Parts: sequence; structure tokens; C-alpha cells
Amino acid sequence: MSEKSEQQRLSVFKTYKLYVGGKFPRSESGRVYEVTDSKGKWLANAPQSSRKDARDAVVAARKAFGGWAGATAYNRGQVLYRVAEMLEGRRAQFVHEVADAEGLSKSRAAEQVEATIDRWVWYAGWTDKIAQVVGGGNPVAGPYFNLSSPEPTGVVAVLAPQESSFLGLVSVLAPVIATGNTAVVIASERSPLPALSLGEVLATSDVPGGVVNILSGRTAEIAAPLASHQDVNAIDLAGADEVLAKELEIAAADNLKRVLRPQPVDDWTAAPGIDRLTAFLETKTVWHPTGSLGASGSSY
Amino acid sequence: MASASASAFEYAPAPESRSVVDIAPSYGLFIDGEFVEAADGKVFKTVSPSTEEVLSEIAQAGEADVDRAVGAARKAFEKWSALPGSERAKYLFRIARIIQERSRELAVLETLDNGKPIKETRDADLPLVAAHFFYYAGWADKLEHAGFGASPKPLGVAGQVIPWNFPLLMLAWKIAPALATGNTVVLKPAETTPLSALFFADVCRQAGLPKGVVNILPGYGDTGAALVAHPDVNKVAFTGSTAVGKEIARTVAGTRKKLTLELGGKGANIVFDDAPIDQAVEGIVNGIFFNQGQVCCAGSRLLVQESIQDELLDSLKRRLSTLRLGDPLDKNTDIGAINSAEQLARITSLVDKGAAEGAEPWSPECELPSSGYWFAPTLFTNVTQAHTIARDEIFGPVLSVLTFRTPDEAVAKANNTQYGLSAGIWTEKGSRILAVANKLRAGVVWSNTFNKFDPTSPFGGYKESGFGREGGRHGLEAYLDV
Amino acid sequence: MPTTASAAHPLTDVTASDSSLRRFLHGLPGVDAVGLEARAASLGTRSIKTTAKAYAIDLAISMVDLTTLEGADTPGKVRALGAKAVRPDPTDRTTPAAAAVCVYPDMVAVAKEAVAGSGVKVASVATAFPAGRAALEVKLADVRDAVAAGADEVDMVIDRGAFLAGRYLKVYDEIVAVREVCGTDARLKVIFETGELSTYDNIRRASWLGMLAGADFIKTSTGKVAVNATPANTLLMLEAVRDFRAQTGVQVGVKPAGGIRTTKDAIKFLVLVNETVGEDWLDNHWFRFGASSLLNDLLMQRQKLATGRYSGPDYVTVD
Repeated sequence: MSEKSEQQRLSVFKTYKLYVGGKFPRSESGRVYEVTDSKGKWLANAPQSSRKDARDAVVAARKAFGGWAGATAYNRGQVLYRVAEMLEGRRAQFVHEVADAEGLSKSRAAEQVEATIDRWVWYAGWTDKIAQVVGGGNPVAGPYFNLSSPEPTGVVAVLAPQESSFLGLVSVLAPVIATGNTAVVIASERSPLPALSLGEVLATSDVPGGVVNILSGRTAEIAAPLASHQDVNAIDLAGADEVLAKELEIAAADNLKRVLRPQPVDDWTAAPGIDRLTAFLETKTVWHPTGSLGASGSSY
Repeated sequence: MASASASAFEYAPAPESRSVVDIAPSYGLFIDGEFVEAADGKVFKTVSPSTEEVLSEIAQAGEADVDRAVGAARKAFEKWSALPGSERAKYLFRIARIIQERSRELAVLETLDNGKPIKETRDADLPLVAAHFFYYAGWADKLEHAGFGASPKPLGVAGQVIPWNFPLLMLAWKIAPALATGNTVVLKPAETTPLSALFFADVCRQAGLPKGVVNILPGYGDTGAALVAHPDVNKVAFTGSTAVGKEIARTVAGTRKKLTLELGGKGANIVFDDAPIDQAVEGIVNGIFFNQGQVCCAGSRLLVQESIQDELLDSLKRRLSTLRLGDPLDKNTDIGAINSAEQLARITSLVDKGAAEGAEPWSPECELPSSGYWFAPTLFTNVTQAHTIARDEIFGPVLSVLTFRTPDEAVAKANNTQYGLSAGIWTEKGSRILAVANKLRAGVVWSNTFNKFDPTSPFGGYKESGFGREGGRHGLEAYLDV
Repeated sequence: MPTTASAAHPLTDVTASDSSLRRFLHGLPGVDAVGLEARAASLGTRSIKTTAKAYAIDLAISMVDLTTLEGADTPGKVRALGAKAVRPDPTDRTTPAAAAVCVYPDMVAVAKEAVAGSGVKVASVATAFPAGRAALEVKLADVRDAVAAGADEVDMVIDRGAFLAGRYLKVYDEIVAVREVCGTDARLKVIFETGELSTYDNIRRASWLGMLAGADFIKTSTGKVAVNATPANTLLMLEAVRDFRAQTGVQVGVKPAGGIRTTKDAIKFLVLVNETVGEDWLDNHWFRFGASSLLNDLLMQRQKLATGRYSGPDYVTVD
């Protein structure tokens, strides 16, 4: 996009596409919308997803859920770490996109991208530890073995933060998939390009197709069918304003989605804690009789 | 002894004495440490479902009373939450002990008001109630070690709405963790079973609990709705139907109220061909006939491997024929009364639907008492996934029997429901238990057992069975600002 | 009343070889210990009062195999026991007689004489009771001796060593051999010594093994080891006889023995019978208690029910 390269070469624009089921479709609606930088300069046309795109994304996410939830936690950790590796290699591209998207200086944008890469690393390490932190044996008063373990909730719709187009996005997305959920993400409405580019990274990072699905467009338009979708198990409202959040929470009640309400985040670079990691976990408790060895002669 | 003259071994009536409980002719609302009349003077009657006898007349809380109770709880919150955890713990320990001391009285009371057998209130409900308070008492001064941060804070006033199937136990599940974590509560018991909650108010009095920490507001659905919607409530906890749960979720949408829901279920009890068959039969019976099947985690769908269906059904029918239905106060009664005329009508209508849709009902010979609300233990064969009785929660002593051929099919059928509260697995093969348990989308999986509860064991659902957990360390989270 | 018809049922094939017998026994449904014990305990909470209690006490008295199996047994002791079995409560002639007296083979003749004409049976332990560690010929001679002396019933012990070593056919063959010696003269009770079998799965297998071999009764234990009859192992054996009759049409009796000392205990066992196998077994032809001190407690409780006063040990006979 440089105007004054020495050879006066005309650059090749990238057509930004959605990322759904491991593929890069255009919106089925054929619609796009103009994405500009913070000063209003045209950056690209982004796909303006429709309710059908949302539906397709849910189908892809559901299809991917069994395999991803059933993968070993170690394997998920490896995959998430691979995302960090791939991002590191494309650091410059993302610094550029984030700078444009959020109107940041190159160095501030670089900080954001680095923090984002590090966030993948943080969550990569959590995949095989969270069960030990939030699960465990329960000392029931009887001859029973009793174990509580966390399990992923299922398909999670994620409204990515509107302001922090990349670090914010990854900060809400990574914990969702780290624990074995699959995600349908609605990118920041105004700044969707880093999110759409992330799709390209995920596609080359061993993340199975459908585990993450990225949609761009009007947040409210895409979120509504996701919030009411009966095959979506949870919704993260990070990118919704107060009015939209309430509307979506009401819609989400139809199948009792787990709802993570928007929470004010001043600084996405701050240590994330485990709240987002546990927000989309179910607890399964399994009982089994133990019997007792030799207590009464005949015992097991 | 000449065998020809042998008569059957008939158990003589063995009724638990009613005299251990003294039910007053009327009760008020319990607000700010006192029993008061409803602001608008409304009352309703609570009856014994086994005889339809009126047990007492109860004040019915309206919006003004809700406001007053929430105000009392708010006022009490400041001091209660500021108490050292060790002091809160001692109040809860006192409550646990008083419940143990009064457990016979409370068991009889619960049986009278609910209709469930004394055997269950005596051996299940009351011991679990006391244990629950005892368990959470111990947490009150250890919250910083619970994994919710260095100094987890209570939420404030908890509005709690509980069902009629385990009145006092559900109260314990709600109140014990709420108080341990420093919240104060306004609790609405179900309209058909308000008595044990009102007796609990007296337990609080004996324990010297500061006024306003626990408030009890008997009433109907509108009372619950007013409580849930009250702007000064910080936490809503509900156990009941999925339909009402959704309504509550909509009510609290857009607020900062924290919500936990324990809702309906359609639990699958999966019996493989290598199951310990006699114990499986007991587990099936316990799974669906415990508390007349009025249990959200009931094993209401029996999924039996087709190769052993006949054998298992024969055993099951033989076993059902030994169930003793009748006077809930009789110590030998296995099946008591249905809780209300309304519930009985719902069960009857679903059972009629099951038969109309082509499933085959079977019940043992069983004489139902002439007064009260009764339903004979029933099992349906020839049930398919598409039948209403395989999908809707009946909340009664009605078992739908379905078959499967392979473990994959069993899992697929078990998970093919909007609910996800409980499931059972019966097999002697350890790896199959673990594999199937892993795949079931349910919050509680009982393998080679069923309907076991413990205060240390988190309980709660997946999907439309609700969210949040009650019991165990997990149960604290619902009442902490985390 | 169904009669015992050994080796004429549809399961004959399973005893054709050691391996077929093993496959069959290991193919029986497993037992979950906790679930079994919970069921037994739950039936133990039945409240048996007033008329039901009176019925149960008389039934229990009629089911007692009044037992003395001591090295110190003498003809005098056995005669006293016989008199007690015939007329347990001399002060109340409505008291039913016990089912049998149970003695060592060398006391059978004395016992026979003591109960003559009363209908009370004489049972004799045999087969190198209680350990069963002797050559088959010795065991059979023991049985022959008892039967010749007039024993109506023979209580044999199985070879637990062979059973635990997996030599099921050996155990089976021994029972069959004893069965043959008993012929039609004596009913055969097969004792498993459940405390030594140790697992419930083993108890279920032993029960089927015994029934396949033609046992008229299956019996928990000798009374000579630490763990004898329990509600759980008796419940399990009741399930076995129930299932065996369903498959073969042959009814087999059950005898818990050892450790049942009080009326309360005995009534719990009768509840197990009532709710597991029902009326058909509520009769001393099909259910027995192997006990000694139990009888006096039953008598004291019986007196209490009759008079409304608590009785004391001085009001029942010491035998």
C-alpha cells in the first residue's frame, strides 16, 4: 500500500475473508463493508457476515467440538504454542495491521502484538493444568470414589472487544479454546483486519478446522442469531455495549447459554488470571463404589 | 411348621409418631428475626399430600414483604459479612447440631408436608441437611484457601427460590454456602412445602443467628418473581423447572446479579450387558422411584442393552412388585404420595400421552389410598427417542425403557436431550465406565450406583439443566464475588 | 412344592468339563459389593412390629437348626439340645418346635433318639467338617456314617482350597459324590464358608456350583471362622436360588449360619427372604438358621410379646 516505492510498483491488496471450518469463505451474503484506519483512510473491504454465515460457523464449530474437546490437553497446549510460534514469524504483519487498526505508533503496536503472542504462550501452558486447579477428588462420606473434573462447555460465541482488536481478541479467544471449547468469534466491528489475519495464522498452526471461526461485520447483526442459536452453549459478551448485552443475554436464556457479561478492561496487557479460563467450563462429577478391602470378610 | 398353613409375611403398620412435631395452626413470614403477617394480610393453606388434611395456614408474601425482607437482609449484611469467618462458622455449626438434635421432628414434619416416606426424610434428607451445614460451616473461615483469590468477598443479599421435592435439603444447599461466605439471604420455599423452612427459622432463633441474616418468605411463583427482580438483590439462586429458570435468566439479564440455576433433567441410566445385574436393578429402582421420581436428577430413561432387555425387565418388574406404597409416615413405606394435585395431574397427563403415542405402560398390582395424591410406580416399554415420555421431564414415578446395541449408541441416545444433569452407567468393565462417563454430557455421573449425594460433591447441570454447582468447594463460587 | 431334581435341568452341559464350568461360573453377573450391602442394609431398616413380629418370631423358631458342634459335646448335651428343639419353651406349648438339631456324625444316633417322633430333624455336619481337608474317601465315609446313623440332613463343607485354586470341577465332583451317598435318605446342605471365599463374586459362583451339583440347601458358613452369615452374603445367596429356580425350575433352600444371635437379626434375615424370594421360601423346608443362642432370644421376645413384660435369661432354659 506504499505510495512511493522506488519502482513505483503497485502493491497487491489482500482480499480479507472469513475463517470458517478451516476454510476462507467470503460472506454468503456477498456483502462487504469498508474498513478504515483511525484517521478514516481506507484499509480494506471486510466481509459483512450474515446470519447464515453465523449459522455455518456454528455448524463448523459443533463439528469440530468432539475432536478438540477429546484431544489430550497436552496436544491442545502444543497447538496453542504453535500459534504463538507462527505469530512470532508474522510479527511484522500484525504490528502493521494493529497500528493501522488502533491508530497506534509502531512501537505501541509492537507491544500489543508481543503481548498477544505471549498470551498464546500463557494459555498454551494452561491446557494441562486447569483440571488440576479446578477439579479434584471429593471426600464423600461413604464407600465411593468421587471425582470432579472440568469439561468444556461446547460451542462458545465470542464477541471480541471492540477497541483492542488483536490483544483483546486473543485474550478472550485463547482461554475459550484452551479448555477444549470451539469458538465462533465476531471480530471488532471497526477493526476486524487483525482478527481476519489471525485466521490465516490459525489455519497454518495445526488448529483443527472449525475450532476457531472468525466472522467480521456488524456485531449486533451477527450476535443476535448466535445468542438465540440453540446449538450454541455459551456466549462471551466482551464486545457488546450495555444495551446489546442485555438484549443478547435475554436471547441467550432460551437455551440457558452460559453468559459472560462484558467487564470493563482498562488494560488488556495486565495478567489475565484464570477467570476467563473457567468461565466456559462445566464440572462433571463421577461417582463409583469403592467397597472396602477385608473389612467384613466378604467385601468386593 | 407345616408349610401348607404358612401365611404371607405381612408387615403390620409401623407408623412413626406424629407427636414429635407440633405444627401451629398458622405461621407468619420470617423477616428480620420475627414472624410477621403479610403486608396485605394474605394467607394460604398447606396440606398433607397423603391425606389432603390442612396442616397449617401460612402468610403469603407479596411485593411489599419482599422489599421489607430484602431491606432486612441488606441491613444485616453489613455486620454479618464483617464478622470473622470463624464466628460465622460457629453459627453454622450450631445450626448443624440443632438440626441433628431435632432431626426426628423435622423428618416427620417434612414427610407430613411433602408426602415422601419417613424412611427417606429420616435416612436421606435430614442427615444430608445437617451434613451440608456442617460442611459449609468449616469453609467460613477458610475462604482464602478455596482458590478464589486471597480475600474473596461475599456478594450481598441472596434471593433464593427452592422447590418442593426436597424442601429442607434444598434450603440447606442454598443457605449454608450463602451464610458461610458472608451473604445474607431471603429464601422463598415452595407453596406446597413451606413448613420445614419456617421451622428452620426457629432453628436460626435457637442458634442465636443475628436477625435479618436469614429471612423466609412463603409464597407462590409471584413472590419468587418479585424476589428475583428486586433491585437490591445481588445474587439469585433457583432450583426448579427449566421453564421458570429461563424466565429468571431473562429477568436478571442486563443486571449485575449473579445467577445459578439447578433445573430439570431427563437422566439416562445405561445398563450394559455385563452389569452387576441385581445392583443395577436396585439402582434403576432407586433412580426413578426415590422420592416418587420427583427428583431433577432422576434416572427417568432406562437405556438397556438390547441383549439383556428381557432378563432385566423381568427382574425389574419382580422388584417393583415388592415396593410398598402407602402412608408416608409408615417406616416400611417405599413410595409415598405425590406432592400436589397439580403435580399428579401433570404426571397423569404425560403418562396418558405416553400410552397414546404407543408406548406400553406397566405397573405392579398396587392399591392406591382413597384420599391424597397417589401414582403407582410405572414403567413404559416400547419407548423410542421420539416419544414425549422419553424427552419431557415427568417428575414422577415413571420410567421410560429404551434399548441400545452398542456403547456409541448408548452415549448418543443418552446425550440426545436438551438436559444434562445426571446419568448412570452400569457395567463391570472399568474402561467402559471411564470412556462412557467421559462422553456423557451431564454434571453428575453415577457409575454402578445412583442418586448419591454428599455435601463435598459438586452437583449441577450441563445444557438446559442449569449452571453453577452446589456442594463442595465449587459451591462457594456461586456466593463469592469472583 | 418343587422337588430337587439334580442333573435334570437345562444347565447339565456346563458341568461337562472343567473349562465349561469355569466359563459358566465366570460368566455369571458380577456383584457390586457396595450396592449389595446397601440393599441388605436398606432391608434391615424394615420395622416389623406387633402381629408381624409375632409371626416372624414363630417362623424363625421353626427354622432354627439348633446346633452344637463342640469337641466337648456329650450324649447328655445332645439330649438336652434335642429336648429343647422339640419343646423350646416348656411353659408355652404353643411355641413351635425348632427345625432340626445339628450335630457331629457320632452324635446322630443320640440326637435321633432325643427327637424321635417329634418331627424335628437331625442334621449332621460331615466331610471332615469344618476344614474339609481330608481325602474324598474319608469324607464320604464320614457322610455314610451320618446317614447310616439316621441323619435326615447332611451339612457338608466344600473344598475351599480347590475352589480358590480354580479347580471348580473337583469341588463339583465332590458335592456330587456326597449327594450320591445321601441318596434319598438325607437332604444335602452345602456349606461354602463364605468368609474364606472372601469375595461376593466367589459366593455367587459357589452358590451356582453347589446348586448345579445337586445341593438341597446352600449354606453360608460353619460358624467356625471370623465372618459367618451376614445379611449381604445371605441376600446374595437368596438371589442365586431365585435365579436358579427361574432357570431350572429347581428350588433350593438357604441356610445362613453363625453369628445370628438376636431376634432382631433373625427378623432382618426373614425380611431378606420375604422381599427377595418371597413366600415360597418362608418355610423351614427352604430356609433355616444355623444357630444356638438365637433360640433363647427368640423365646424371650416371644414371651415379651405374649405378656407385655421384658423377659430375662432366667425364664428360658440353659441347655
